[in-house]
Amino acid sequence: MQQKKSLAYRFFHGSRRGDSPFKRMWIHLALIFSSIIAIYPVLRIFSISLRPGDRALSTSLAIIPPDATLRNYQLVLFGDPSRHLRSDFFLWLWNSLSITVTTALVGVILSATAAYAFSRFRFPGRGPAMIFLLTTQMIPAAMLLLPIYMMLVRFHMINSYLGLIIAYSVTSVPFSIWILKGYYDTIPPDLEEAARIDGATYLSAFYRIILPLSTPALVIVFLFNFMGSWSEYIVARVVLQKQDMYTWPLGLWTYAGQYTLAAGRFAAGSILVAVPVMILFLYSSKWLVSGLTLGSVKG
Amino acid sequence: MITLTWQRIIDSLGIIGEFLIVIVLLVALLEAYLYLVFYRKPRQKWMGVFFYGLEVIDAAALVALFYLMLVAAKTPSATLLQGGALFFVISLVVIFLLSTRRTTKLGLAYLLIAPAFLGILFLILYPFGYEIYLAFTNAALRTMRHPAFGLQYGLTNFKDVFTGTVAHKATFWEVLIRTILWTVINVFFHVTGGMVLALLLNRPMKLRGLYRTLLVFPWAIPQTIAAMSLRNEFNYMYGFFNVMLRGVGLQPISWLQNPHWAFVAVVISNIWLGIPFMMVIILGGLQSISKEYYEAAEMDGANAWHQFWNVTMPLLRPVLTPAIILGSVWTFNNINVIYLITQGGPQERTDILVTSLYKAAFSFYRYGFSAAFALVIFVFLLAFALVYLRISGGLKAVYE
Repeated sequence: MQQKKSLAYRFFHGSRRGDSPFKRMWIHLALIFSSIIAIYPVLRIFSISLRPGDRALSTSLAIIPPDATLRNYQLVLFGDPSRHLRSDFFLWLWNSLSITVTTALVGVILSATAAYAFSRFRFPGRGPAMIFLLTTQMIPAAMLLLPIYMMLVRFHMINSYLGLIIAYSVTSVPFSIWILKGYYDTIPPDLEEAARIDGATYLSAFYRIILPLSTPALVIVFLFNFMGSWSEYIVARVVLQKQDMYTWPLGLWTYAGQYTLAAGRFAAGSILVAVPVMILFLYSSKWLVSGLTLGSVKG
Repeated sequence: MITLTWQRIIDSLGIIGEFLIVIVLLVALLEAYLYLVFYRKPRQKWMGVFFYGLEVIDAAALVALFYLMLVAAKTPSATLLQGGALFFVISLVVIFLLSTRRTTKLGLAYLLIAPAFLGILFLILYPFGYEIYLAFTNAALRTMRHPAFGLQYGLTNFKDVFTGTVAHKATFWEVLIRTILWTVINVFFHVTGGMVLALLLNRPMKLRGLYRTLLVFPWAIPQTIAAMSLRNEFNYMYGFFNVMLRGVGLQPISWLQNPHWAFVAVVISNIWLGIPFMMVIILGGLQSISKEYYEAAEMDGANAWHQFWNVTMPLLRPVLTPAIILGSVWTFNNINVIYLITQGGPQERTDILVTSLYKAAFSFYRYGFSAAFALVIFVFLLAFALVYLRISGGLKAVYE
């Protein structure tokens, strides 16, 4: 018996023979509208970055202003000696880069072998350790920030790269273990067993088989750790107080704090540092999602 | 006047290289020690006294070394450090000479975990212990050098959390209620928004990949940049929202001055930021649902509404439950959006727990109090985490 279907039904499920043109149009309209909402704020940043300095704040909603200029980018990158505007952009970028790359590296180094142990061995203490790792995923960075800060003060690591690297590693190390363990779980143990029958030890099976197979996973964990700390502001603000140590979010915030003139430079700087990371993210988000769900669903 | 120079680049590479070398050395020492503990046994019975004695002494030496390595950077104990390291290495050699091989199955597991354990010890366990200690002191900016430790300080701190103000004006309960409201509203809209978009996208059609990429933008843009820029969009004169309101002939809203509208502003911002994550997760879940279920349901005469609730929702649950819980924790802990858009203002009326914790510690310098406050928040999250483990079956999987 053929049921008469409501508009809502056809809207959400379509018929198996394909959607009607009318319905397709509505779906496209809805998606176009949502896409505009999703990207409009990003386009606004771009638009503000193109405006000449004297009217960076404007009530116009046009994306490309009629008097578009790249002056803001020039100011952010190179400053303007004639107006005594100094540019620290490359310094901030370097600070960010050193801190972020090291954090990501430390995360991978410390977690690669541990994740393997968690994935393959059933040893006393494994269960509690896994629960502990899972719990650390839920702790806000702000919670351990105070003791970490006090530690860093005691160890004279405030205003240093190492201080911020340590503060970031608090979240990146457990996260890396968790994601990598999820990945190792997907590699069938038969591979190593075959190798072990051929006389390889556990350790050489790990180095010869697992590590080469999980190179993509190691790269992805590196990327996640990188993106996680690349644009971090809250922790950096506490640990780095000297201007010459600023990472780029701290540096850009000095623009955002001022009015009119700096809004354009703030936007230009944001575009310069955000676009590469966004491309990286769009490229790697697939793995992030599978990593997160693997970790959380499979325990 | 500091800009980036070659000197600066070389200096920072030196600092970081040194840091990495120290880490590798620490790990190597620990691994060598663990190797002896797990894989070697005394050659003869009578050697056991020296063997195990040295192992115990070395364990203590190792802990002392780790501590010194951290402090030694600026203290005159460098010679002590070198001496200790020398003693440690020599005693490892002695233990090795006294010993013979033994077989073990689990030794490797602990050897593999050791580097991560080292990291977790310094990054989480030690700070956590320190936080508990701080909660029982009167540490504040004035007393930072020599805070007094005592049970009475701890009691005062914890009492202050529940009865006093967490920043200047707001009380703990007020902020807690707002945090729950913030989490529930956000997660609700994240899931519904993500669900609608995922349902729209879950069909063969043109431009599907493009829509998906564009819709993920709010998640791809660094959160700090998004928050800093959205703050400008709530500007009374030039912000996007008021320009739009004026455009359709309505009164502009003073978003960041009015406490209620400020809360609406941060919620709108965070909803915008959070929908793509849920969309991607739900879309993944929808794609794993076989078409046959819908065909069967259609045969039985189920309408769209019934199909959604009786086929889609139950089959999405394994994906949705962890995503919702993860999303709730992230929203609960999200300090960026509120701190960067309103800084918790006006009059602390948009503060949530983590932002007031951050402010109590780093704007008001109430260290002892903040430590106690952090522990209270931790207990809330722990309870939530346990519920999470139970629901997601994580516990079972962990012990499998």
